[in-house]
Amino acid sequence: MTLLQIQNLKKSYVGPEGDRHTVVDVKHFTLAEQEQIALSGESGSGKTTFLNLIAGILKPDSGSIHLAGESMSDLKEPARDRLRARTIGYIFQTFNLLQGYTCLENVLLGMSFGAGVDAAFAEKLLKRVGLGSRLKHYPRQLSTGQQQRVAVARALANRPKLVLADEPTGNLDHQNARQSLTLILEACKENGAALLLVSHDREVLSRFQKVEDLRKLNHASSHMEARK
Amino acid sequence: MNLPRIVYKSLRQHILSTTVTAISVALGGGLLMSVWAVKEQSLAAFTGVNAGFDAVLGARGSKLQLVLNAIFHLEASPGNVAWADYQDIQKSPTVDLAIPLAVGDNFHGYRLVGTTPELFSRVEYAPAKHYEVESGGRLFDPTLRETVVGSFAARKLGLKPGDTFHPFHGLTFDEKNQHAETYVVVGILKPSNTPADRVLWIPLAGIQRMSGHDPKAATDVSAVLVKFKASSATAGFQMDLMYNKQGNRLTFAWPIGGVMAELFNKIGWFDRVLALISYLVALVATASILASIYNSMNERRREIAILRALGARRMTIVSAILLEAAAISALGMVIAFGFYATIMTVIAGIIREQTGVVLEPWQFNMVMLWAPAALISLGALAGIIPAFKAYRTDVAEYLTPTS
Repeated sequence: MTLLQIQNLKKSYVGPEGDRHTVVDVKHFTLAEQEQIALSGESGSGKTTFLNLIAGILKPDSGSIHLAGESMSDLKEPARDRLRARTIGYIFQTFNLLQGYTCLENVLLGMSFGAGVDAAFAEKLLKRVGLGSRLKHYPRQLSTGQQQRVAVARALANRPKLVLADEPTGNLDHQNARQSLTLILEACKENGAALLLVSHDREVLSRFQKVEDLRKLNHASSHMEARK
Repeated sequence: MNLPRIVYKSLRQHILSTTVTAISVALGGGLLMSVWAVKEQSLAAFTGVNAGFDAVLGARGSKLQLVLNAIFHLEASPGNVAWADYQDIQKSPTVDLAIPLAVGDNFHGYRLVGTTPELFSRVEYAPAKHYEVESGGRLFDPTLRETVVGSFAARKLGLKPGDTFHPFHGLTFDEKNQHAETYVVVGILKPSNTPADRVLWIPLAGIQRMSGHDPKAATDVSAVLVKFKASSATAGFQMDLMYNKQGNRLTFAWPIGGVMAELFNKIGWFDRVLALISYLVALVATASILASIYNSMNERRREIAILRALGARRMTIVSAILLEAAAISALGMVIAFGFYATIMTVIAGIIREQTGVVLEPWQFNMVMLWAPAALISLGALAGIIPAFKAYRTDVAEYLTPTS
């Protein structure tokens, strides 16, 4: 069953000299429930903008995004925020953990805007990612690999239907990257969440059965290439 | 992980700026409450103190000087009152009690006041309160060189029953002007929390006949404290007319509270200046909340973006900033009560030492309610500008570098 359907999605920015640049121009994209897709793409190909559009952080210039039966692109901002909190877990390249919060609090914070705080589930998630003994540690007291695992637990905290992962292994060394990716793939499966992961790392992409090339999806990117 | 918890976390994360800002609010709030409370309490205390009398009769001059001299034991006496004038007012059918006072000497800066034993036996200095001597002591014998010392003066001078001393001439201490007479302390007054606590009470004749005093004035007194009979409702008006308007030798200060209220009216500008300064300090303290939060907005924007990405709504972020500003102010006002207690204790101590009038630092005053409410509200208002900045945070821009 389709979880995410995108039609004619466009997003452009006005440059410093007043000229408009289209960074996302995706005609069609779908993602089924519990499906795991990797999007490949080089730097500047609009990967993060594409994910932010899906997450409702950015509003498209035109086109539609249907997520879990709701039209994200038609919703007003507060409703988009609610839909994001309930439906989407987001894993960032730079982890984006709040430094003043412990591991457990970072996960609970993710819950507080979505399904509601469930401390037992938060602890279970942190144990699942191997941080059962680090619940009260602050991010600065953890290694980068451990921080990424907290970010994975936080992304799953609201039992999301979709996990967006933006270069999640980009800041990790080879071994940590491999372990982290395995964790993301397995944890999403265990929690019944679909996964849309963007990366330009061939090894990461090789772990997915379905890989889409964002350059082919994204007409804007093709235009930019063509102009070059 | 609710809103107060998020605010608490933010306050802890910015602990240094939180503490410094809260202390500046505390100083402003403490100063504001102290100025207000001192103003109101001192007005009430100074206009309320009458030592149990309705009026003071003295030499022609300022009513205020007369009251300060005879009731508060401050200032010099404006002059002398002849014994005959004392007897006249004492015999007046409208007068219940007339107590003569004589001043002119001191012991190490604490003034000696000559009077009659009736001051201790008949006067209620406050409803149902008489001057009493501590156990082990007694009142002075009006025919002997004996003294009963006010509690505050006794403590400061280290005097106790059985001690002896030589008074000094004048109202200010000058060690070269010591009298030859020796006085014996026969009692210490129980604390009355009135200006009487700062006085060494001796027989009237002691001052009148002290060596070196003008023998021609040996029967004069410095002032007469007057209490009307309860039935003499118009006595004050009549005597005011007789002494102040028709006569030209004496001054009749009546009512005592009214004379002091006039003083407070005259120095009202000073109150207003103090109040203005404290308002400004409070305002600057509130502005420091704005500056503190606003300056940290750049580092907060990433956190705000993360919270927004997790699903926090713009209004949640705005509420968190406003609540944080109010919380800093509230924390400051809690500390402000500590500053208030310190400032009030120091000021009350100075006022008591200088005048004998007692202020109560913890006596309830409405300023204890409205000042915290006003500063917390102002604090929340100060959060509006940073909250607006937070509201406009571009989540995508601050969340992560665009790839």
